[in-house]
Amino acid sequence: MAETNNHNFSKGTDLAVILLYLIMVAVGVLCIFMVEYNPNLNWSNTFLTAKTNFSKQIYFSIFCAFIAIFILLLDSKVFTAFANLSYVAGILLMLATFVLGKNINGSKSWIPIAGGFNLQPAELCKIFTALFLAKFISKPETDFKKLKSHLIAGAAIALPAILSIMQHEMGLALVYSAFIFAMYREGLPPVILVVLLSFAILVIATLLLEPTVLAIILTVIAGLFIFSMIKKFKRNKSKILIVVAIWGVCFGTVRFAVPYIFNHVFECYQSTRIYSMVGKEYDCSQNKKSASSSGERHGKKPDDYNVKQSKIAIGSGGFWGRGFLKGTQTRGKYVPEQHTDFIFTSLGEAFGFVGTFIFLGLYLFFLFRLIRIAERQRSSFSRVYAYSVVGIFFFHIAVNISMTIGLFPVVGIPLPLISYGGSSLLTFTVLLFILLRLDADRQMVLR
Amino acid sequence: MYNSNRGRIIQIIIGVIFAFIILQLVSLQIFSSKYVLAANNNAIFRRIIYPDRGIIFDRKKRALLENTISYDLVVIPNEAKGVDTATLCAILKIDKEEYSKRMIEVIVKNSRVKLGIFEPFLSTEVYAQITENLYRFPGFSLSERSIRNYPYNTAAHVLGYVAEVDVKFLEKHEADGYEMGDYAGMTGLEKQYESVLMGQRGVKRFLRDNKGKIQGPFEKGQFDTIPIAGRNLYTSMDVEVQQLAEKLLQHKIGSAVAINPTTGSIIAMASSPGYNPNLLTGNQRRKTIGRLLTDTARPIYNRAIKGQYPPGSTFKPLGALIALDEGLITPSFGYNCFGLYTSCGDPRKCEHHNAGHAANLQLALANSCNSYFLQVFRLAIDNPKYHNAKLGYLKWKEYVNSFGLGRKLGIDLPSENRASIPDTAQYNKDFGGAKYWNSCFMLTLGIGQDRMTATPLQLANAMAFIANEGYYYTPHFVDSVEEEDDIDKEVLLKYRTKQAVTKIPKEYYDIIKEGMHGVTVFGTAAFIKVPGHEFCAKTGTAQNPHGKNHSMFVCFAPKDNPKIAVAVVVENAGFGATWAGPIAGLLMEKYLNDTLTKESKTKMDYLANVDLMPANIKEWYIRNNKTEMLTPLNYNNDELSEIWDMEMVSEQAPIQIKMDTLKKIDTFQKNTPPSSPIPPKQNNKESALTPIQKKKKVNSK
Repeated sequence: MAETNNHNFSKGTDLAVILLYLIMVAVGVLCIFMVEYNPNLNWSNTFLTAKTNFSKQIYFSIFCAFIAIFILLLDSKVFTAFANLSYVAGILLMLATFVLGKNINGSKSWIPIAGGFNLQPAELCKIFTALFLAKFISKPETDFKKLKSHLIAGAAIALPAILSIMQHEMGLALVYSAFIFAMYREGLPPVILVVLLSFAILVIATLLLEPTVLAIILTVIAGLFIFSMIKKFKRNKSKILIVVAIWGVCFGTVRFAVPYIFNHVFECYQSTRIYSMVGKEYDCSQNKKSASSSGERHGKKPDDYNVKQSKIAIGSGGFWGRGFLKGTQTRGKYVPEQHTDFIFTSLGEAFGFVGTFIFLGLYLFFLFRLIRIAERQRSSFSRVYAYSVVGIFFFHIAVNISMTIGLFPVVGIPLPLISYGGSSLLTFTVLLFILLRLDADRQMVLR
Repeated sequence: MYNSNRGRIIQIIIGVIFAFIILQLVSLQIFSSKYVLAANNNAIFRRIIYPDRGIIFDRKKRALLENTISYDLVVIPNEAKGVDTATLCAILKIDKEEYSKRMIEVIVKNSRVKLGIFEPFLSTEVYAQITENLYRFPGFSLSERSIRNYPYNTAAHVLGYVAEVDVKFLEKHEADGYEMGDYAGMTGLEKQYESVLMGQRGVKRFLRDNKGKIQGPFEKGQFDTIPIAGRNLYTSMDVEVQQLAEKLLQHKIGSAVAINPTTGSIIAMASSPGYNPNLLTGNQRRKTIGRLLTDTARPIYNRAIKGQYPPGSTFKPLGALIALDEGLITPSFGYNCFGLYTSCGDPRKCEHHNAGHAANLQLALANSCNSYFLQVFRLAIDNPKYHNAKLGYLKWKEYVNSFGLGRKLGIDLPSENRASIPDTAQYNKDFGGAKYWNSCFMLTLGIGQDRMTATPLQLANAMAFIANEGYYYTPHFVDSVEEEDDIDKEVLLKYRTKQAVTKIPKEYYDIIKEGMHGVTVFGTAAFIKVPGHEFCAKTGTAQNPHGKNHSMFVCFAPKDNPKIAVAVVVENAGFGATWAGPIAGLLMEKYLNDTLTKESKTKMDYLANVDLMPANIKEWYIRNNKTEMLTPLNYNNDELSEIWDMEMVSEQAPIQIKMDTLKKIDTFQKNTPPSSPIPPKQNNKESALTPIQKKKKVNSK
């Protein structure tokens, strides 16, 4: 029995990814250690009593190693079999948080479980959604070229995302947009990507420019477009209507949708963060939402304080870095939430550009390796799942690092495998090792 | 495979976004230096370690001032919770309102998490009470600092004081690395030798966290610098002579300066009224400085280098020296004085009537004959060698300046006054042009009056010049600096080189010295004796626009091989020989004999208790209810008065004299000056000009 298990365990498992995983977790523990380091503490003592975050993280990783081995010992068919069921269970768990939920840092997405640990269903739901999406797309009756399939998949992704927003977890909700990679790979028309990109540009332009100026620009573009294609339009007049409709949608977005989102959907602090990204100030008195549910995040330092200190920490690293345990920003605890969302700053400060470059190189190699794994799958279930994993990892990495260096508004999402936190580490471990388990059976066709 | 090229596109998208991130990292980590600065500003806390200031010693290596430790009560507002405020307020003698007011001040100045000064300079008993009860005041602690201490309570004007630097000071000394909260010398030697005395401050760098708490030394202290103590100054001052001078000038307004002529080192410099320098350190400073600044007798003002006094008869030896050197008189030159000088029309009084009191130079000096020296002055100005009065005057002025009058001597104290030897331009202005005046117009310059003023320092220095027979060393306090470096040597060089080396032959000095010796043997100061020493002196009784004559006395001793030159001024006190003379005599005796005889001590006690305060100052004290303004030397100033401004001596005197001169012009035509270099023709023009002059007079009214 043991022998066959061993045989199954090692056969076909991608060792490179496991190695990268181990390196990442080790770097993470190191970074957390740097954040916590204080020359006056007795380290061996605190390690044994698990009073420090870095020692807790080590215990978490040991636990995750057991989970990883457990997953690798499972049969691949388990995942296809339980994909739909797990999704439903995940959604139910998320709904349960509204009843059992506990408020941690203004977010209501945690369910307390035994031993002082808390569970975040939204985090786990990413795995379930990935499995569900893979199952749905790989079904023989699904033709992913059809709009209907796109809408079903979109709805399945949007449901947990909306629930996350309702739990005040903006970051987690945004992560669900990462499934666009998998859907694109499986046949989502590129036009949708272009439209989404244009929409993003339009939103940014709305923030940057005066509404009237932008309206004039839009009208001019539409006019020029019609004028240059005037001959084509003469033949088919309905196309003019399409252009006019697009113009109308853009105008509506600029004039009504974006202000509505900023004033009614987003919290004041979120709007402020986004405005501060483009160097503007958001007037909170316009915000209707914060007026009704204010008081939660009061007494905090100004919103750009985090990013400012984070940029100082990374920037002061310079080319070679300040050296291991020598970062003054880290030692002085100037960066808030440095052990979780802003863990990248300790690395950037201590090891400088050289460190961050090598680190990003590792991540890039890791992601490309996962794409390679995805492409070598015979079953589309595995491939869709692999691309979902790639998307989720990539989204976390890109957004987390971008926000620490001031390229993206601050949203609370962790850096995969590095940030402190058992829930986060467990999620990524499970995500990754399910993929490795599926990859080990890549010759099998799973349905 | 189906859609497999889309995998490539996804890879490209990922690659592009990673490239953006790396670009931003390049810009943050490689091309922006501001982040390192920002991080250091955040996290590195510099604490300045102040070195001990240098000490100033007198000639017998007694410390005129030294350093002592004082304690401040400091507090971290955030940690000051559960303080037994009642006890604390009782110890500090403040109420609860004041307590919260001060707390707010500390928070405003230093934020809640940093140490701020709650009460500076605790007195010994408060310090003891607080140490006993410190456990009741969480967040409070005691911090020590070094302050100045003056063991002999003396020489306040000379030593000066240190004070916290202000914004203006920081702007002025931007390159010297001062910071808010530093102390620096503000006056006196403390200011002059600031760079030597201050030493080099040390800097310790600490790591500080986001709440401002110190985490420990930065980089194990490898960038820290150790403070280097300030270097000491060695002077030739004599504490005992200095104390004696201050004591003798009690209840008087005036000044005394004693110089060692062989080196130019100042032995003592007193200005009265003065103050106890210890009152300007520590917690007494705040109330003392205000009192000193508003006192009408201006105790902060150093009269020895800033007071401008008409030298009066003390100028006579110098006037004679000029005439001798120019060959205008011989030692046997006599003047037949009958108590009046009438050669210029307007008769000038002389104190003497007995015939033959000015039969020769020596006698004239000893008896201080005004007529004689007025004549000597006129001879110098109307010297036929120089063709006209203006050139004659310029030559005379050149002599006087070379004796150290009418210019800054360059003593090592800040803000020395040059006093005044008037320029011809001033007389040209007064009299409507160079052609219109002659020696008669500023006749009294010859006896140290008119527009002539000098500081006590300049008078003492002039004595050193005569004592040395033709040169002096720039008067100075500091003879040497501990571990002198090249910069110090350069600074001190000017005090180590002979000044004003004139070519006046030695025999002329001998004659002047004989005359001045005569003053002390049978002349105006015959009753003043220095036991065991022959000395030379000249009395002076200077008229001034403020009231009674100033009592002046200049002297040097011993007669041969002089070791001390002294000038004493007692304002509005009367005859030079009466007050200034005995004071100078006692100073010389103390310095030369190191002790005073029994009779001298009796004299000293008498002089020290004589109250010569001008009545107007006493009145001012009474009128302004400042009877508590007892100066530290315990003046009986209870009845002291009206703002009396020292600088008015120079500002008012010319106007007064202008009036006199205008009167003189009216009577001018009747008299012709002897051997006048001005052609008689011009007299007509002079009279033609008179209406204009009169008009001016009307306007000025």
